[in-house]
Amino acid sequence: MTLEIFSYGFMQRALVSGIAIALLCSVVGLFLVLRRYSLFGDAVAHSSFGGIAAGLLIGIYPMWTAYVVSLISALVITRIKQKFDISGEASVAILLSSGIAVGLILISLSGGFNVDILSFLFGSILLVSVEDTILILGLTGVILIIILLLYRELIYSTFNEEQAKVSGIPVEKINYLIVFIAGITVVTSIQLVGILLISALFVIPNVTAIMYGRSFKQTALLSIAFAVSSVIVGILISYLFDITPSGAIVMLSIAIFAATIGLKWIGLIDSSKMHLKKLSLSNHFI
Amino acid sequence: MKVVEIKNLTVEYPGVRALDNVSFSIEQNDFLGIIGPNGAGKSTLFSCMLGLYTQYSGSIHFFGQNIHDSKKYLRDVGYVPQKPIFEKNFPATVREIVRMGLRQKSNEKRVDEVLQDVWIHELSHKRIGELSVGQQQRVFIAKALVGDPKILILDEPVTGIDAQSTELFYGILRELNKKQNITIIWASHDLDAVNRLANKVACLDRTLFFHGVSDEFFSNEELVKKYSESSMQKHMHNHVES
Repeated sequence: MTLEIFSYGFMQRALVSGIAIALLCSVVGLFLVLRRYSLFGDAVAHSSFGGIAAGLLIGIYPMWTAYVVSLISALVITRIKQKFDISGEASVAILLSSGIAVGLILISLSGGFNVDILSFLFGSILLVSVEDTILILGLTGVILIIILLLYRELIYSTFNEEQAKVSGIPVEKINYLIVFIAGITVVTSIQLVGILLISALFVIPNVTAIMYGRSFKQTALLSIAFAVSSVIVGILISYLFDITPSGAIVMLSIAIFAATIGLKWIGLIDSSKMHLKKLSLSNHFI
Repeated sequence: MKVVEIKNLTVEYPGVRALDNVSFSIEQNDFLGIIGPNGAGKSTLFSCMLGLYTQYSGSIHFFGQNIHDSKKYLRDVGYVPQKPIFEKNFPATVREIVRMGLRQKSNEKRVDEVLQDVWIHELSHKRIGELSVGQQQRVFIAKALVGDPKILILDEPVTGIDAQSTELFYGILRELNKKQNITIIWASHDLDAVNRLANKVACLDRTLFFHGVSDEFFSNEELVKKYSESSMQKHMHNHVES
């Protein structure tokens, strides 16, 4: 590998955007995973597919329509879950399939799949523009500041809603805030790994970090480290071996997760800190 | 000085009246034991007092203010639930959990003080899920105390805790009431412990059966017997219903 890679503008933008997205996804994802909202990211990403298709059909920058549709979907699903007696899992399924269905109808109206749609489905971090990079950095900064300012409220309501309420924390507002932040994060992250792999960014680094971390801060930092290293190495590997970055990034996350399982298997991780039964990927439905 | 005043509190759930016209007040520095069988309405009473359940008739005043009008009273109230529900593998240390109860952004000195008050300072860097139920309950007391509450509400906090930890727990409650002048409202099944610790007793059986000085209740054999019979009947009734 030569340092020449880093002299390319597209590579610099990909790395800067990728690191920002990894940071954002791991921090926001930790709250989602601990709230058993892991598939929420998937549902919102799939609903954004309808928004992207609508944007492409009417000639508006698809990310804007994706933000609007995803945020509306995220808030609607939260409201439905609160108001009616429909399980989170079922609401996710409804949202997920409606997003794809609307997207497919709009795509067929606009003449079928094209390169633009495929880049949103599978990610296109190497094609990210200067404007996109600025947007990603701006959103990352704003969301991280919000999380830092409301750290106690977020962690407390994630730990136990009832006790947080009794301590005077406006839990319902915090829940909407989490959903809102997660919606923005999902759409922002689509450019990195695409709609189909989005939940991997939220879930895998966090599930891995929870196996090591003792404190919340330690777990968050480990998750950031796993996510950021997967993104950097994934982007470099994808360039060197000419493979898709999204696949490389997610496979690296999975490799770290698998290595952690291996370490546990041979007894190198304190078993009192292993949490696979509760936090397995398959259990993480809303 | 009255810190809590409950007037004609009635709660109706579908098909059942959980609380029926309950009225009593709690004085500053009281150690009130609320006793009653399962289904007597103790948890419902606490839910109403803590603003978690609002569909009741009657009124609840904390520090002279109706809790319907403002939630500010919660700043002065600490709450320890029967069995806190949390993700067993939640990645947070004891210190982080206690810190959640802080009203100010950062006050590590106060965190250290309460950890020492409830005898868990040496566990402060352990993950919450690694502790025994008794130790966890002490963590939740510490979390409730770190915000310097004037009133501490505990809903059967020693359920599932071994005898030694229970006695330690009771000792901590006594200290908090006597030395830190914290008003304690404590729901319990343990009549003997209530007799030893509480200066006031409220017997709940969906209605308020008795409210007054603890000695008055426990020295009146007829009253205790009547309460026990009523509780037994209620217990049997609940058992048949279930």
